[in-house]
Amino acid sequence: MIPAEFDYTAPASLEEAISALRQGGEDAKLLAGGHSLLPLMKLRLAAPSLLVDLRRVPGLAGVARGNGTWRIGALTPHAVLEHTPELGVVSAAAATIADPQVRNRGTIGGSLVHGDPASDLPAVMMACEASVTVQGPSGQRTIPALELFQGYMETALAADEVLTEVRMPVLDGWGFGYEKFNRRSEDWAMVAVSAVVNARDGTCEDVRVGLTNMGSVPLRAPAVEEALRGKQLDAESIAAAAEQAAEGTDPPADLNASAEYKRHLARVLCRRALEKAAGLSS
Amino acid sequence: MSKTVPVHLRVNGVEHQLDAEPRLLLVHALRDHLGLTGTHVGCDTSNCGACTVHFNGQPVKSCTVLAVQADGVEVTTIEGMAKDGELHPLQEAFWNDHGLQCGYCTPGMIMAAAGLLERNPNPSEHEVRHALEGNLCRCTGYHNIVKAVLDAAKTKGATVSAQREVSA
Ligand SMILES: Cc1cc2nc3c(=O)[nH]c(=O)nc-3n(C[C@H](O)[C@H](O)[C@H](O)COP(=O)(O)OP(=O)(O)OC[C@H]3O[C@@H](n4cnc5c(N)ncnc54)[C@H](O)[C@@H]3O)c2cc1C
Ligand code: FES
Ligand code: FES
Repeated sequence: MIPAEFDYTAPASLEEAISALRQGGEDAKLLAGGHSLLPLMKLRLAAPSLLVDLRRVPGLAGVARGNGTWRIGALTPHAVLEHTPELGVVSAAAATIADPQVRNRGTIGGSLVHGDPASDLPAVMMACEASVTVQGPSGQRTIPALELFQGYMETALAADEVLTEVRMPVLDGWGFGYEKFNRRSEDWAMVAVSAVVNARDGTCEDVRVGLTNMGSVPLRAPAVEEALRGKQLDAESIAAAAEQAAEGTDPPADLNASAEYKRHLARVLCRRALEKAAGLSS
Repeated sequence: MSKTVPVHLRVNGVEHQLDAEPRLLLVHALRDHLGLTGTHVGCDTSNCGACTVHFNGQPVKSCTVLAVQADGVEVTTIEGMAKDGELHPLQEAFWNDHGLQCGYCTPGMIMAAAGLLERNPNPSEHEVRHALEGNLCRCTGYHNIVKAVLDAAKTKGATVSAQREVSA
């Protein structure tokens, strides 16, 4: 399968990339790892007239930590996150994406801007309360992950904006769990649940739960969080809270699972993820 | 045909200069332009791993990479694995352990396994299976493939320690 014809440019600076995007108009697209865009182009489900490849733009890849914040460059491949265990739940989730070859090419920026609710990193970014830095013709702005995903595969970025960096609070001392359910190891999640828990003396001081593929956008599970915050963390309190994981969700049925089955998965995976995050299982 | 662009590839240590459309996929550049047909096309949808090559030492699926994206990258294909007439330990092990039947998946399997051994020279059986999740084989049932990778790790380890003894 061969993509439709397109023009190609690989500018050497962010400014040039943004102006190329602008001049290219609405059919111009950024190219990062290409592991969402190229498959769509090969199937002719996407046919951009111009690809603006970010590969030569300096300073967009890498993971750094300072002042209580992780800074992850947009072009950082999933494999680097996987092999940075200090990133906790982000590393655990990245390790479940597809297979090693895909993780060597796919990038965090591409995954977030593609905005597929079945992708692993979007809901994890919401659970970690990360934010993204984007650069456009009129300057830079920051978008919290909680406001990034606007609709099915639709984000708050404008067509001429580039996501340059993800910023995420360091969650040292927090427990985490990532539970993903799929039929084959390479597949996208049927449902996945991410949990981060800050416990002191067995009491849950704070907790955040992210839901993957439980709606047209990635979600948090506020009912679970409220049920657990301030409670003693044990098998009973976790099981009771996890019962509310599907509260308020409207997951679309697909080839693999009915909506009801997805709700069931959300409850079970939520319990397992919280048990891991609370250190009750490994 | 749309505009062509100059594409500079470095494959198995050899430089190549092509004039190609930007939509040319790396796997087709390797097979059709450079004649390196050891890299196969199986699914053409990023699933099967038959097209796996190394990008600066890391396995990637070349059916999902544009040739222009490989500019400035060191690409290694299965043809670059044997050195000085000696098979790579993985090739040797696949041969000895009957790690192939029709052979269609084999170049991709070997390139994916080489990526694993580079990072983890002593993998467990579980780690080998995990690292080969992106590679499908329709013939072998995987058993002998996994065995071959584990055996290659042992002999590779042996070569490394033998070299250490010599240099010590
Ligand atoms: C076989 C297969 C299995 C997969 N399985 C999973 C899985 O289980 N879980 C999962 O989460 N993902 C999965 N993926 C998707 C993979 O993680 C993609 O790599 C990722 O979603 C997109 O990242 P990319 O760098 O490849 O983006 P690209 O494909 O290059 O781009 C994707 C979109 O984002 C835009 N974009 C890219 N970078 C930027 C930027 N910096 N700023 C603004 N816009 C940008 C592009 O214009 C495009 O619209 C799979 C992919 C394949 C091929
Ligand atoms: S041909 Fe590339 S993954 Fe199957
Ligand atoms: S040996 Fe035939 S596909 Fe693997």
